[in-house]
Amino acid sequence: MTKIKSFNELKSVQERLKAGRDPKKPCITICVGTGCLAYGTQKLVDSFREELAKRNLAEKVDFRTTGCHGFCERGPMVVIHPEKVFYQRVGLTDAGEIIDKTILKGEIIDRLLYVDPATGEKVIHEDDVPFYKKQTRLVFGLNSKVDPKSLEDYLAIGGYSALGKALTGMKPEAIIQEVIKANLRGRGGGGFPAGWKWDETRKAHGEPKYVICNADEGDPGAYMDRSLLEGNPHLVLEGMIIGAFAIGSSQGYIYVRNEYPLAVENITLAMNQAREAGLLGENILGTGFSFDVKINRGGGAFVCGESSALFASLEGRAGEPRAKYIHATHKGLYDKPTDLNNVETWANVPFIIEKGADWYASMGTAGSKGTKIFSLVGKINNTGLVEVPMGTTLRKIVFEIGGGIPDGRKFKAIQTGGPSGGCIPEQYLDLPVDFDELTKIGSMMGSGGMIVMDDRNCMVNVAKYFTNFLVNESCGKCVPCREGIRRMRDILVDITEGRGQEGDIELLESIAKGIQDGALCALGNSAPNPVMSTIRYFRDEYIAHIKEKRCPAGVCKELITYSVDAEKCTGCTVCSKVCPTGAASGERKKAHKIDTAKCTKCGACRESCKFDAIIVR
Amino acid sequence: MVNLTIDNRKIEAEAGRTVLEVARENGIVIPTLCAHESLEPTGSCRLCVVEAKQGKRTRIVTSCLYPVAEGLIVDTKSERVMNVRRLVLQLLMARCPESEQLKAMAEEMGVKPEPRFTPDKDNVKCILCRMCVRTCEKIVGVSAIGFSYRGTEKNVCTPFKEESATCIGCGACAYVCPTGHIEMETTETGDARTIWGRTFKMQTCKVCGRYFAPVDQLAYISKKTGASADDLAVCVSCR
Repeated sequence: MTKIKSFNELKSVQERLKAGRDPKKPCITICVGTGCLAYGTQKLVDSFREELAKRNLAEKVDFRTTGCHGFCERGPMVVIHPEKVFYQRVGLTDAGEIIDKTILKGEIIDRLLYVDPATGEKVIHEDDVPFYKKQTRLVFGLNSKVDPKSLEDYLAIGGYSALGKALTGMKPEAIIQEVIKANLRGRGGGGFPAGWKWDETRKAHGEPKYVICNADEGDPGAYMDRSLLEGNPHLVLEGMIIGAFAIGSSQGYIYVRNEYPLAVENITLAMNQAREAGLLGENILGTGFSFDVKINRGGGAFVCGESSALFASLEGRAGEPRAKYIHATHKGLYDKPTDLNNVETWANVPFIIEKGADWYASMGTAGSKGTKIFSLVGKINNTGLVEVPMGTTLRKIVFEIGGGIPDGRKFKAIQTGGPSGGCIPEQYLDLPVDFDELTKIGSMMGSGGMIVMDDRNCMVNVAKYFTNFLVNESCGKCVPCREGIRRMRDILVDITEGRGQEGDIELLESIAKGIQDGALCALGNSAPNPVMSTIRYFRDEYIAHIKEKRCPAGVCKELITYSVDAEKCTGCTVCSKVCPTGAASGERKKAHKIDTAKCTKCGACRESCKFDAIIVR
Repeated sequence: MVNLTIDNRKIEAEAGRTVLEVARENGIVIPTLCAHESLEPTGSCRLCVVEAKQGKRTRIVTSCLYPVAEGLIVDTKSERVMNVRRLVLQLLMARCPESEQLKAMAEEMGVKPEPRFTPDKDNVKCILCRMCVRTCEKIVGVSAIGFSYRGTEKNVCTPFKEESATCIGCGACAYVCPTGHIEMETTETGDARTIWGRTFKMQTCKVCGRYFAPVDQLAYISKKTGASADDLAVCVSCR
């Protein structure tokens, strides 16, 4: 693309691109986010291209690969515009049939439609799918409208208008005031008001000033930032350029995990395209403002998402945090004023500039504005990424959007905020989710991970899992975190293996208090949260493990035995077929038995039994 | 100058100094394991934590890094503070059960080992106070040692645990090590010393004839200061 030299020229390029697109022309869009690619979607993409070419339809039908749509449970996903016919779990060889029937004849292919489990009815159009219908897809919704590898696509939907508006019509201070008024809070976990951070960095003495995009997402089960960078890199970039202009920075960095190769590829391409088009680099849009961005790939250390460790890593040193008695806004990267915001925070900025703070602040709760993207995983029917206004209840997220718990099992808890978050029990399902409410009940927003658990999850085991994650991710600089978390983990291992002792709960609480107060950085300070929140809400389970040497959820192997409920067993023989050690056996149509000497407690029989006849005690 | 209160004592201090420095100058004892007067603070042992009240906000901070400020109220022995110190000592005693220094410190503070923490058996005396690494980098200026791995696996070593070509055998790391973890061995005659797996040839004093410093160290000093090798070949006693 040739250099765009002014805001007016940008507008005319956008108009020209928009006009070049016939809204009535059929367009097949297909999600090629990492989740769908894992299903093998690339084969389907190739097949679509081939089949379109075979039928000489390449000119008559648009075909667009897009970033993640969020409904990862149902991939591969194909949406046919302009009607927005929604096909899910599309077979890798279905391309020809979709073209012949739906594109050429307007027929709907019944078997590819989504069935609403609540009503049993088939849903034809994407907008009618309950998973999408109940969301507010402000930031994430654009993913399905653009090919992340195409700047033209982003410009055609009005992309970079907010940048044009900010650079030509707003003073830096006015932009900051707008972001403060919108009360945009950091989406990475801290929830600190972004506008205040910008303001502090702008006013701080020292040059140069840096802006950084934190894309070091590392919570188990969370992939919001990844999907934004992969699916709509220009949106993130646009937010960063606006921020840099407001702060007075000419150099930015994107710190992204090297484990996110597609994100690195797409953002690198986006940066090159933006530079070529005069949207990044020297003299942006002919306004005299210059700003460029470098990509820095992280080595996969969780702690490097913490600001001071991230700076250390960017500077080429080991990713260890340092005490932050002087804020990064004054002394950050290379001891210079630095503004660090998360991917999703940056992606919100263009909307605030384009539509105004009042519009933005009309969404959400008193203290948390706008929307939040959550990654909904675990024991949930609709695994995927969901975006809802701040203040949406957990119940709505889990049951209406998430479709509830699979196999009709019972909701037990939801873990929010990543490994340093907490487990929230059923009694708080009607809690409006925002930064402050989650903190009040001992969890946190974090970057937006949500892991749903049912009655077959042992909460002590869950606490052990997250604590162990943190043992492995502690940088090892300070004593309470390095030595304390592992001692907590050791005690949890003892409890789950039947060696728990009287007083262990109190000891865990006491160590937790010391780590919360004594650790050097936020990773350490919040590391006891999984243990503390499970003790707070599921103390009974701890007691059962310690005193009765019993795991109520039937998870901790050393404390359980498998047997068959002779009354429920129909002798279908499924358990004996799936049992890897031959422990489950019996004659057809007669109650089966499990030989405890051979049983490895893998749980395969329980998972496969349709009659709930496997007893775990 | 700023006015602050430490343990109910009104103290005037120079702005920019740390709470630890000011407390010690005023005879207030705060225990530390990773602080050293010649090194910049790192804040890793967490033993020096204090409770600091600034305005309405009270929090636990590391006194070795926290700057004094007007109106700051510091409590060096609050319950929260003592809880952190007790935990840190118990954790370190479980990591290094053989360390005499830790035992002495614990006794002084009335801290007993936590019986639920199984003592480590790998005989490590290193508490990862980082003094050796900081000394090698900032004082000696060679950065021959550093950290490898992270978390509980973290340890001090030369890169890839191989013989370091940059090490000058000065032994400053062993000298500064508070727990005696870093071993330096000298031959009976004194003609060689071994540290970090590498053996260094020692220089004899051209006056008294005794071995007094590694040849590599003298060469390094000569290069750094411009002093001739001949001038440096005299031991401290004969100089």
